[in-house]
Amino acid sequence: MALLEVKNLGISFGGLRAVDDLNMSIEEGSLVGLIGPNGAGKTTAFNLLTGVYLPNDGMILLEGKSIVGKKPAEICQAGIARTFQNIRLFSKMSVLDNVKVALHNHVKYNLAFSILHVGSYFKQERRMNEQAAEILKVFELDEYADTLASNLPYGKQRKLEIARALATEPKLLLLDEPAAGMNPNETVELMETIELIRKKFGVTILLIEHDMKLVSGICEYLYVLNFGTELANGAPKEVLNDPKVLTAYLGE
Amino acid sequence: MANKKKLIINGIIAAVVYAAVMILLGQGLLSRQLMSIIVPICVYTMLAVSLCLVVGFLGELSLGHAGFMSVGAYAGALFLIHTQDVLPSIVSLIGGLLAGGCCAAIMGVIIGVPVLRLKGDYLAIVTLGFGEIIKSVINSMTITGGAKGLSKIPLLTTYRSFTVVFVLVLIVIIVVANLVNSRHGRAVMAVRDNYIAAEAVGIPVSRFKTMAFVIAAFLAGMAGVVYAGNIGILKPVQFDYNMSIEILVMVVLGGMGNIRGAIIAAVILTALPEVLRETADYRMLLYAIVLIVLMLFNNSGIKRRIMEKRNMNKSEKAKKEA
Repeated sequence: MALLEVKNLGISFGGLRAVDDLNMSIEEGSLVGLIGPNGAGKTTAFNLLTGVYLPNDGMILLEGKSIVGKKPAEICQAGIARTFQNIRLFSKMSVLDNVKVALHNHVKYNLAFSILHVGSYFKQERRMNEQAAEILKVFELDEYADTLASNLPYGKQRKLEIARALATEPKLLLLDEPAAGMNPNETVELMETIELIRKKFGVTILLIEHDMKLVSGICEYLYVLNFGTELANGAPKEVLNDPKVLTAYLGE
Repeated sequence: MANKKKLIINGIIAAVVYAAVMILLGQGLLSRQLMSIIVPICVYTMLAVSLCLVVGFLGELSLGHAGFMSVGAYAGALFLIHTQDVLPSIVSLIGGLLAGGCCAAIMGVIIGVPVLRLKGDYLAIVTLGFGEIIKSVINSMTITGGAKGLSKIPLLTTYRSFTVVFVLVLIVIIVVANLVNSRHGRAVMAVRDNYIAAEAVGIPVSRFKTMAFVIAAFLAGMAGVVYAGNIGILKPVQFDYNMSIEILVMVVLGGMGNIRGAIIAAVILTALPEVLRETADYRMLLYAIVLIVLMLFNNSGIKRRIMEKRNMNKSEKAKKEA
């Protein structure tokens, strides 16, 4: 059984059919790319998968269970985490706290402990700090732990967003244009990071990207969207040489 | 451990303040006027710190804080009146505080659940409206004495029982400070900074908004009981929107989300009108000038430079330790 199964997924905004009849099947442990020209409906597809939008039709199954109609927070708890195209950090909180927020559902001390700072509060806080520091270390952000998130340089902010998403211990990680705005060196570094987290956290990844070097470099399978519909899917080499895909990107 | 050091410093500050006030009171060094503003300062501190939770940490503008305070004040006052002959006064006071807090919290749930779906200016306007509605309802009920007011409330929280009042202030500060530094508090701040991202990392946004709102209402209700036990008579007019705005001004001047700042602002802004009484005619003028100066200072380069220097010192220290 595939980790994520998407069947005939569709949504309309008024007269615009933003995503139409999308079918995807993502195996556990794979690294899949979702590509397409601007406005093809890639981010909309992410928003459907994470519960930001409610689909008009179709099914989304995570490990065989439907997640349609669940709220974003519940879907995250079910095991899908994401990053955003336009970075959305908790900007007035420290880098460490950004990750600790994501660990929220993994510690279980209740409100009374929060107010009184008694009981297992200290133990659990300490464990949380350790976990967060560990994740930051993987992304080489540990030296910035006390910096405000908004004061980080751009590339590091992107990394922090991925770190935060991983802290929720997802089964499936959705990355929305992780290389956007990065220079070639940073992109290479990012590719290495993605490989590393795959190995280290054993997480399945679906990513949207325009950087074809990155896509062909690390993705094992590609889905191509155009005007909301699925144009092609398959191994990167075949898909990227498909005349239909070339036409969609470059025109006739 | 930076946290432990901070805790000790704050503890020392609290002890010094307490000792100073006790000595001044014991020696009779204060004029009647100054003695009469000790408890109001404490009440406003409680209110400012509790509102700080909503405005500073949750990031929602609430203009109905006086409404919650009035609910707590009336509920607590009624409890005090009806139990004063039955229960010893300290038990009666604790019961009154809980009753006031709980009634205000229930009001917080009733108002918070529908209202917190709104954002920004809309939320401010609706909370302002709710504050006025609470006032009108109290005005038309018989149990609260209507517009005539509720009198003969046992005076259990005057400056004579400063110790009790001071402990209550500490409780409010500790509750808010602890909460901010916990998983629940971080969730609240995450909602403030970016609610879409907060949802995406698994935080149920509306639950935490309501939680912060209700806790703030509870604490405001407690502050209301202290207020009632100090002046002995309650009238609905006392709790108009001016009061809500005064509390908001304290939070804003303290620097949103800065508990210590809110406390200092509450103390200064409550004491100022009384201290300035000697300058009679210029009183309100001076009050306004101080407000403006504080606001300018908050946004000025001087403060920014001080903060930057502090941050630099901190990071240098951290580097040395590492």
